[in-house]
Amino acid sequence: MSILVIAEHDNASLNASTLSTLAAAATIGGDVTVLVAGHNASAVVTETQAASGVTKVLVVDDAALADGLAENIASVVTGIAGEYSHVLTAASNFGKNFMPRVAAKLDMMQVSDIVEVVSADTFVRPIYAGNALMTVKSSDSVKLITVRSTAFDAVEATGGSAATEDLAFGVAFAGTSFVSRDVTESERPELATARIVVSGGRGVGSKEQFSIIDDLAEKLGAAVGASRAAVDSGYAPNDCQVGQTGKVVAPDIYFAIGISGAIQHQAGMRESKIIVAINKDDEAPIFQIADYGIVADLFDVVPELMQQL
Amino acid sequence: MKVLVAVKRVVDYNVRIRVKSDGSGVDTDNVVMSMNPFDENGLEEALRMKQAGIATEVIAVSVGDEKSQDTLRSALAMGADRAILIKADQTPEPLGIAKLLAKVVEQEGPQVAILGKQAIDDDSNQTGQMLAALLDWSQGTFASNAEFDGDAINLTRETDTGLETIKISLPAVITTDLRLNDPRLPKLPDIMKAKKKPIDIVDASSYGIDLSPRLEVVSVAAPAEREPGIIVADAAELVNKLKEAGAL
Ligand SMILES: Cc1cc2nc3c(=O)[nH]c(=O)nc-3n(C[C@H](O)[C@H](O)[C@H](O)COP(=O)(O)OP(=O)(O)OC[C@H]3O[C@@H](n4cnc5c(N)ncnc54)[C@H](O)[C@@H]3O)c2cc1C
Repeated sequence: MSILVIAEHDNASLNASTLSTLAAAATIGGDVTVLVAGHNASAVVTETQAASGVTKVLVVDDAALADGLAENIASVVTGIAGEYSHVLTAASNFGKNFMPRVAAKLDMMQVSDIVEVVSADTFVRPIYAGNALMTVKSSDSVKLITVRSTAFDAVEATGGSAATEDLAFGVAFAGTSFVSRDVTESERPELATARIVVSGGRGVGSKEQFSIIDDLAEKLGAAVGASRAAVDSGYAPNDCQVGQTGKVVAPDIYFAIGISGAIQHQAGMRESKIIVAINKDDEAPIFQIADYGIVADLFDVVPELMQQL
Repeated sequence: MKVLVAVKRVVDYNVRIRVKSDGSGVDTDNVVMSMNPFDENGLEEALRMKQAGIATEVIAVSVGDEKSQDTLRSALAMGADRAILIKADQTPEPLGIAKLLAKVVEQEGPQVAILGKQAIDDDSNQTGQMLAALLDWSQGTFASNAEFDGDAINLTRETDTGLETIKISLPAVITTDLRLNDPRLPKLPDIMKAKKKPIDIVDASSYGIDLSPRLEVVSVAAPAEREPGIIVADAAELVNKLKEAGAL
């Protein structure tokens, strides 16, 4: 088996999701090559060489690859995918954007968002917002896969010493160009990989009052999450959304505060080790999956909790 | 310009999903079905393009069995001008759907195709990107805003770190995120009028595309239940419990 993993990065550092993708690759087994497609991304290449289990790092450097545009990333991957038995990337915004493009160009069916490797051609993936788990067997000659990061424990970031090989970039796709990026600045740890996540929902009531969530997160060294209702109402930025259509997280502790626990929200957090729910409605569905629940007003409980910590 | 909007009939997002006991799939008999929520955003966007004088005709397309006509009727009631049902008894995989939609694009010649970023049943998040690839069009995925500017679109995408704006030239595929717009609710007269609007029905097999699945469904299982938890009295007890569990 020879596996190609497409690295996710911002030209400065390797995204932790890639280490989880490498773990999925290790489960399949075989030689692992990582593609770093970017621009002036030598720091990423160095990091990738050091990651555990990597045999070779392919480097494609071009200005057209600086911003991860799907059309250009897909053209690089399409050109080399045929040399591998598997192509894997994270089921992140980046991976979801380009991988289906590769699949269609190669006339193959992608397997999205896998949570388990059963064998080299058989994988488990959640459907219906995680309310069912489907096991599928792929008959395509190259398995094109996106990997749910929370389902695979990241490989060691250090210890490896993979060789590099440069590849030339072809022609940039004319129809798409990057304009601007508006990155949410936060001092909190990254939501996707944080050990503790503190999430607020519509019950928090306003953007101003959402500071109670930020404060608790700060006290716990936790990342901040939100329900869709909280994001839609402008209490929190879109990249905080946890759920079927937001991020999937699986921290050691997940605090759901003023969140009812709709299945679409549960889809993004039900694999957390410990779930704590604070909600004044004792019939809120979140209590059905919470390990510890407090039925009370969040504006009473959260300040008390801050004092206890 | 014409705009093509793909709509899928799915189990309503409020329905409690039940996995069939024989592990062959999810029970979809006698459950409430509705239009995939993301497709409502797609249709709404197309209708707004028409209101703004950017689009001249909005065509809704669905791939599915006879019953997908209901979903197309909803699309017509919202304001689509006409509808096409590509009839397939077994819903094809995203790759097959993308191939069928590419054929419709060839026939109808739209400048924009709008799809939901994912269908809430299969959660694959593939079809729009695949359609763009087959047509060699630009793709603007997970859109939360789309500003038309001549023959290009300034498209804002929701990403894992915030927002990103790209410029895509027409023709292009857009896939929608839920925050793109608030889909309208059709009014009764529109629902009545929709009954008279045309739905073309075409057999999927008539396109001469091999739609046989590439992924064999081995089994479908319910996820493991979580162990039942406990209600604690207050913050102090919670902190104690978390410490006992070694989590704090
Ligand atoms: C296609 C689709 C995709 C979706 N994707 C997502 C997704 O990815 N993520 C997501 O989160 N949702 C998603 N949703 C939305 C989801 O269905 C729910 O609407 C949403 O999660 C509700 O958010 P909420 O729990 O914050 O709000 P609500 O359901 O309104 O719950 C608010 C809760 O706060 C409690 N509360 C109010 N005041 C207080 C107080 N003072 N103290 C304590 N408790 C209080 C209430 O009792 C209530 O339980 C999706 C929906 C659809 C249709």
